[in-house]
Amino acid sequence: MKIAFTTKGTEWNSPMDARFGRTEFIVIYDEETNTLSSFDNRAIENEAHGAGTATSKKLFELKPDVLITGNGPGQNAATVLKKLNVKIFGGAGEMTMKEAYEAYQSSDLAML
Amino acid sequence: MKIAIASGKGGTGKTLLATNLASYWSERQSVVLTDIDVEEPNDALFLQLPKIAQEERFKFIPSWDSTRCTLCGQCQEVCNYHAIIQLGTEIMVFDELCHSCYACSELCPAKALPMVPHKIGELTHYHHANLSFVESRLEIGEEQAVPLIAQTHRYVDDHFSKDHVQLFDCPPGTSCPVIEATKHADFVILITEPTPFGEHDVKLAMQTMHQMNKPFGLVINRADVGNSDLLAYCKANTIPVLATIPFDRHIAEAYAQGLLVYEQVPAVKPALDQIIDFLQAFAINQK
Repeated sequence: MKIAFTTKGTEWNSPMDARFGRTEFIVIYDEETNTLSSFDNRAIENEAHGAGTATSKKLFELKPDVLITGNGPGQNAATVLKKLNVKIFGGAGEMTMKEAYEAYQSSDLAML
Repeated sequence: MKIAIASGKGGTGKTLLATNLASYWSERQSVVLTDIDVEEPNDALFLQLPKIAQEERFKFIPSWDSTRCTLCGQCQEVCNYHAIIQLGTEIMVFDELCHSCYACSELCPAKALPMVPHKIGELTHYHHANLSFVESRLEIGEEQAVPLIAQTHRYVDDHFSKDHVQLFDCPPGTSCPVIEATKHADFVILITEPTPFGEHDVKLAMQTMHQMNKPFGLVINRADVGNSDLLAYCKANTIPVLATIPFDRHIAEAYAQGLLVYEQVPAVKPALDQIIDFLQAFAINQK
């Protein structure tokens, strides 16, 4: 399984980013290979409009099976994410990435 | 002359001032009031005028023709608003994000993105005696007020001369709808109340008008509440205070019944006279 996190850094102890569209980084954890890779999304800060669709488009390219985030995607982003068949878990905005992953594993995150 | 009535803070009396000023002024000369607060227009509640025209308003958005599309992806590259994206073999258009710039449609090499109308609201034109009233109402669920505000300005320009007294009841705040609503104004009236909250928000509105190089003045509503900080600020910065409207229970009562308050409460007419005198003098100076 490939798991995507919206984060403010690229390490396991980095804080999560509660925002979806304007998240600073997208980190992908590949459970099979036990590796982390990340995408720097900070250029989105310069976009006045359409952050949700732009970040969703990026996620479409990264093709994760699961997305762990905070507040959850907005309506436009959700429309795109539906096409991806990605399982979305929210409520992890105040955690570190490691805590978010553990909460996901113990089914403590709400599926959106 | 175009006069915009704006506020910064909401609920300070834009509608009260706009409807009363328009109606009272029209006793002397022709006035057109435009309710350009398209997300929540309410001047019509106070002006029961006969309707003379009603039009649906549209913006144009691209519609994907999958039979023509070659999936080159150029549309999503040129869109500044991420309103059109390619997901594999599908192009998705987000109507609410689209700013109708036509870039994707015009630049599509396969002509697979024709622009189609999308209803954004309705414009209604009322008229009686010396008073014309134009109201634009945004469609429920529509996110962008700016295109409808821009179209409403064009409608007023097409139907009324520049010499006509044109009043615009604007949206609150300092964001895009306010900029669009006030940008054609010759003068902007900012109405507020002398409270810390009213003062804070009207200062933001003043900064906005300053950056837009708009001449503006204040009307202070509910002048007996709060404190004198705002008046002191205006004096120190030579900002004209056109008039003050007292804090009077009778005004609230008449307003709550949908009545024009200057017909009910004697203290209001002198304030309106001061505003009209100021604006007429301003117009003469401009010429």
